[in-house]
Amino acid sequence: MASVDQSKIRNFSIVAHIDHGKSTLADRIIEQTGLLTSREMQAQVLDNMDLERERGITIKAQAVRTVYRAKDGEEYIFNLIDTPGHVDFNYEVSRSLAACDGAILVVDAAQGIEAQTLANVYLALDHDLDVFPVINKIDLPSAEPQRVIDEIEDVIGLEAQDAPLISAKNGIGIEEVLEKIVEKIPAPKGDPNAPLSALIFDSLYDSYKGVIIFCRIMEGTVKKGTKIKMMATGAKEEVVEVGYFGAGQFIPCEELSAGMVGYITASIKNVKDTAVGDTVTDAENPCKEPLPGYKKVQSMVYCGLYPADGAKYPDLRDALEKLQLNDASLNYEPETSIALGFGFRCGFLGLLHLEIIQERLEREYNLDLVTTAPGVIYKVYKTNGEMIELTNPSNLPDPSVIEHMEEPIVTAEIMVTSEFIGSIMELCQERRGRYLGMEYIEGTRALLKYELPLNEIIYDFFDALKSRSRGYASFDYDIKGYEPSSLVKLDILINREEVDALSFIVHADSAYERGRKMCEKLKDEIPRHLFEIPIQAAVGGKIIARETVKAMRKDVLAKCYGGDISRKKKLLEKQKEGKKRMRQVGNVEIPQQAFMSVLKLDDDK
Amino acid sequence: MMTNKTLELYFHIPFCVRKCLYCDFLSAPADEATKSRYMEALVRETQEKAKVCTDYTVTSVFFGGGTPSVVNPQALAKVLNTAKACFRFTKDAEITMEMNPGTVNADSLSVYKEAGINRISIGLQSTNDRYLEKLGRIHNFETFLKTYEAVRKAGFTNVNIDLMGALPGQSLAEYEADVKTVLELNPEHLSVYSLMIEEGTPFGDRLEQNKLEPPEEELEREMYWRAHELLTKAGYEHYEISNYAKPGFACRHNVGYWKRISYLGLGLGASSLMENRRYQNEKSLSTYLQNPLATSEEAETLSGQEQMEETMFLGLRMLEGVSRKEFAETYAIDMDTVYKNVLDRNERDGLLENVEDRVRLTPRGMDISNYVMAQFLKD
Repeated sequence: MASVDQSKIRNFSIVAHIDHGKSTLADRIIEQTGLLTSREMQAQVLDNMDLERERGITIKAQAVRTVYRAKDGEEYIFNLIDTPGHVDFNYEVSRSLAACDGAILVVDAAQGIEAQTLANVYLALDHDLDVFPVINKIDLPSAEPQRVIDEIEDVIGLEAQDAPLISAKNGIGIEEVLEKIVEKIPAPKGDPNAPLSALIFDSLYDSYKGVIIFCRIMEGTVKKGTKIKMMATGAKEEVVEVGYFGAGQFIPCEELSAGMVGYITASIKNVKDTAVGDTVTDAENPCKEPLPGYKKVQSMVYCGLYPADGAKYPDLRDALEKLQLNDASLNYEPETSIALGFGFRCGFLGLLHLEIIQERLEREYNLDLVTTAPGVIYKVYKTNGEMIELTNPSNLPDPSVIEHMEEPIVTAEIMVTSEFIGSIMELCQERRGRYLGMEYIEGTRALLKYELPLNEIIYDFFDALKSRSRGYASFDYDIKGYEPSSLVKLDILINREEVDALSFIVHADSAYERGRKMCEKLKDEIPRHLFEIPIQAAVGGKIIARETVKAMRKDVLAKCYGGDISRKKKLLEKQKEGKKRMRQVGNVEIPQQAFMSVLKLDDDK
Repeated sequence: MMTNKTLELYFHIPFCVRKCLYCDFLSAPADEATKSRYMEALVRETQEKAKVCTDYTVTSVFFGGGTPSVVNPQALAKVLNTAKACFRFTKDAEITMEMNPGTVNADSLSVYKEAGINRISIGLQSTNDRYLEKLGRIHNFETFLKTYEAVRKAGFTNVNIDLMGALPGQSLAEYEADVKTVLELNPEHLSVYSLMIEEGTPFGDRLEQNKLEPPEEELEREMYWRAHELLTKAGYEHYEISNYAKPGFACRHNVGYWKRISYLGLGLGASSLMENRRYQNEKSLSTYLQNPLATSEEAETLSGQEQMEETMFLGLRMLEGVSRKEFAETYAIDMDTVYKNVLDRNERDGLLENVEDRVRLTPRGMDISNYVMAQFLKD
């Protein structure tokens, strides 16, 4: 095993739009290369987290190594590196692709090219990968393989006439895909005797082995005892074990050399030390320079997470600590809210990442959470020349010392069928979008390009997009950078007291509208009290909207049928139970639900 | 040793001519054979249960429903006579029977009188035929008047009339007219309550489909306090959130519920409170007919804490409130020790007040009594 013939290695990944069948094809490849029996197959081997399976997307990149005996009689080692399927994880996708030499593009024979198809295939081409297309789901009644082939050639410019026509679900055409991998994906290069350089494309914390680094060896060789160094983070450790990826298990081996994909363990305690994109080298014989493309992962979306039950604060801290062991892109720091007590300000790659973490905290750690409105990082330039990166609206300095503010802007591509172009353009206008252009794709579909402020798309843009296109629009975006913007802090006052957890930053032009909707929503959420409660929205101390929760007038059981006391008691208990789920702000009790409900302010009203 | 504890008996008659549209009581029309089998089962249940109640004395009996007057009067008399034979009664026991207008006549009333019924409760609900029809009642006002007259003629001197307010579409003036009309009849007791729309009733369904509009809370409260004004002016005592009586005519049976006197519920689905255990009889008619001793669920034994809670939230329905002295005697702990925070808070908010050693709801507290009562439940 010591010398692996590089010419017999194929390192590749599969790129596709969500739901086009990437994971199913991966399963078939693993199955048909014979390493696993059908019985051993989980439904989708690559997605091994329950949550991922339910959502039908792959969150963490993973890899699997299989052996294929080709028609030429030779055995080939396939390293299939899976990529996360969501825009939130774009950087991780790019590092996974950088670890490959080629990629399979899967396109749904009925759906054709979608926004993510384009985004991912361009990302693959940017990494100089050799890409070959595969047309999937050809057994669907609505399949139009020829149309899709033409589309791939027209839009992407990839040769597609000889693309395998397959059904991953029903195992049709898989053999052809395997042969194409041997034929079309180039073998890796690299000198096993050169100084070590290995690209980290993922890492995983294991309580026994410590951090397990997933990497592609570009140059050199690594084995047990090698003193390694992470070039960006500077972490140094001695290698304990190297190996490759069986399906769902780690299989130790002697060494990993140039061209191979595998794992390294070295008693590292935290995935923060093994950042995705970093270069592993030999501490005693380092390579000259790190591999290109390393970026420090930056949180794009922030929100406050609070335990519903204040006493569970230490539990939340422990849970976040544990999640972070495996998720370097999650960051958090303690914060205190007058309304919600002790909690954490947490940073995420995007809204999906936020939702996943929130769900895992609730599901795996049994925590009941209150989430504040997610926001982006604003750059606040002060008159004294200082710049602060604002993640919590409550920390916005007094307007008198603010010179100007900037907000993050994204470049978005939206793929939509022509009948919905109008309504999608309208949506983008409403969200302060800047129209960049439109390309028609084979007559009936268009690719709209917009620049949009990130804070306009983190709330419910995706939902709005789907509902205004009856589910047909697809969407992808890239961070473009920061631009000056006229931003204000919208405060909510309940019974004349500012509720910090409800404040957020909004564009001046939308402040009135948002304030009005917030007040309306809160009016419905806050139960009547003994006294009248004004709910006000304010910008810079000026009230811009108001609603009133009237005082409780009546709460009495008129006829109380004497004998059945249990029923009366149940009613009172229900009332009491409801009160427990409230947060006290001043002398007003606000249901936890109120903090969440304002996140989703209905747009199509 | 023979102690002498007070007991109330409740007999449930789960039959009626026709379900009213708002009714969610355990009641339905039935044929004569079923009714007669039921009354026999009730006799059996009474005989059996009396055996374990030898150290109790019965102070009140209540025939409720449904409409107790839809079963054969002799059969009802037999149940009462059985009870009298098997339990010890106080001489002046209050024995109430509910009835609906149009379901009695001189003959049946004399049977009831003969058997020992000494208090009659008539379900009128409204004096306005338009609303009676809307509610799905089986009678009009004219029928009620005839029944009321017959009841008086039969010699009953303790009569209650049920009157309902806050009906969908009802105006304050219409309701006021109802109250005034009823006052002219000079009953000893008046139950004056607002329509409650319950899930699972035809009214509940209509409400869900937005086909029924109950009055605004403001109007409902206006009706409540207007009735209060008219009735107290006419000499009635407001003694419970929804009940008024001429002096000396408060319904002892119902007061017993609020004061947590032991009561034995007999018949389908009837609830009991015995020795601080609450339980409910079987709710399926066929099962009950086979075994009238069946219970529907596990009895709930009340902890000391739960007993105190009940003392507060039930006692506060009475306008006189809850006595601190009695509380301390019963539980060997001061009410203020257990409920200091709740009492202080609600006094401060003007919902509770102290009169001598009693704590009671203020008028504002009555409007939102559930809000006040819920606070007495443990966390």
